[in-house]
Amino acid sequence: MWQFFHKLGSPKWFYGIAGRFMPWLLGAGLLLSLCGIVWGLLFAPQDYLQGNSYRIIFIHVPTAFLAQSVYMMIAVAGVITLVWKMKVADVFVRSVAPVGVVLTLLALFTGAVWGKPTWGAYWVWDARLTSMLILLFLYLGIIGLGYAYSDEKTAARSVAVLAIVGVVNIPIIKYSVDWWNTLHQPATFRITEKPTMPAEMWVPLLLVVLGTYLLFGWIAFYRMQTEILRRERRTRWVRELVQTGGQSQLKTGGA
Amino acid sequence: MGSRQPLAVPLLDPVNSSPGVWHAMVAVLRRDLRLSVRQKQDLLNPLLFFVMVVALFPLGVSPESSFLGEAGAGILWVGALLATMLSLDHLFRFDFEDGTLEQIALQPQPLFLLVLSKILAHWLVTGLPLVILTPLLGLMLYLDGNSVAVLCLTLLIGTPVLSLIGSVGAALTVGLRAGGVLLSLLVIPLYIPVLIFGTGTVMAAGSGADVSGHLALMAAMLVLALVLAPLAAAAALKISLSAS
Repeated sequence: MWQFFHKLGSPKWFYGIAGRFMPWLLGAGLLLSLCGIVWGLLFAPQDYLQGNSYRIIFIHVPTAFLAQSVYMMIAVAGVITLVWKMKVADVFVRSVAPVGVVLTLLALFTGAVWGKPTWGAYWVWDARLTSMLILLFLYLGIIGLGYAYSDEKTAARSVAVLAIVGVVNIPIIKYSVDWWNTLHQPATFRITEKPTMPAEMWVPLLLVVLGTYLLFGWIAFYRMQTEILRRERRTRWVRELVQTGGQSQLKTGGA
Repeated sequence: MGSRQPLAVPLLDPVNSSPGVWHAMVAVLRRDLRLSVRQKQDLLNPLLFFVMVVALFPLGVSPESSFLGEAGAGILWVGALLATMLSLDHLFRFDFEDGTLEQIALQPQPLFLLVLSKILAHWLVTGLPLVILTPLLGLMLYLDGNSVAVLCLTLLIGTPVLSLIGSVGAALTVGLRAGGVLLSLLVIPLYIPVLIFGTGTVMAAGSGADVSGHLALMAAMLVLALVLAPLAAAAALKISLSAS
């Protein structure tokens, strides 16, 4: 266990291991989300109140879920950067923050599209929407601060502090629909209770959520590999990798 | 392992011979206050900014008393928030540039307590005058007496939170040449909850509801920021100092 943790500190080792996981993440993620989306869009029953317009939930909920989880992952990676000074954790933060921006934008966009037929307006200044907007600003702040420093170590540690401070917003987003009386409907999934939807609706939704997580894993690994190559471009192993055209299987054992 | 010989020359012990934590905090506070008083322009600028931003709304949107009475609390809160944010860049900048900050960080006293002193000085110089000026501006925006009182109370609890949260952003960007714009990007997302609760309290008071719950929530924010923000700001300052 600890050996694995220590190995994570080596970008070279991580590059190799990420490459092994990526095809599986991509395959399983595509399979699950395609199954879920096809099932949800074509075969799941209509909502008795919202008709067919509710079906955007199969895109909206996974992106919104992931937008929040990605921020939590970034914050955890920030703690790891500050405490163990692990390079890979910072690589994760910097490569994943733009993905978080896209996910938050997608969640806001699909929410707006869903809001028009249900609430009669694209945008409402509601607690959940506003706090998602704050999340978007937090992501942009992390990216901006990361680019502001030319020294990578300083950038890594500053971004880590900012990410950890921003975590206060996550519970506010999560519980905004319970704390304030708002238009947005309460949480779809709870660990402690049975979902309020019929199984034909929530099972495909769960499939898409799981699939999106896996796809996120693939994107994260892909971007991290690129970032590692960029940062380690002067090392010998990267040069060898480039010279052989990336064909040779990297030894993942020692590092 | 014999008995220790008394030393002829007393060793210079930086920890034992330096003043206590309380003493050092008071010293930093007095120094910052004195510097602010001598730089009167810095003292006045946030206040002038506050007044001008507030004056823009009746001119730009509507001078009707119905609009101003409803939006007045929000206008004053946004004005106070922007004025605080504008003054944040100065919180550590000058001390960082002339090396004072490095000396403060080298003190044996914990840095976060000295940073807390600096934040307190910042609030006394920018936040408190804003609160004192609020009743006047509130009357100009046709707020009724009860709303003005509640507004002042929320600002009294809220502006220290703004200074505390802002100190983290200021500490993160102090080493950057063009930190000002980035600072607002970092700080505003964290200010929004304070703003929402602050104006929400005044709205509740305007509709005749009991606001003690709202005020308790704001006080909880203040306590949370008071405990955590100096620690984060001190950590960020150390990063900025090690980079320069």
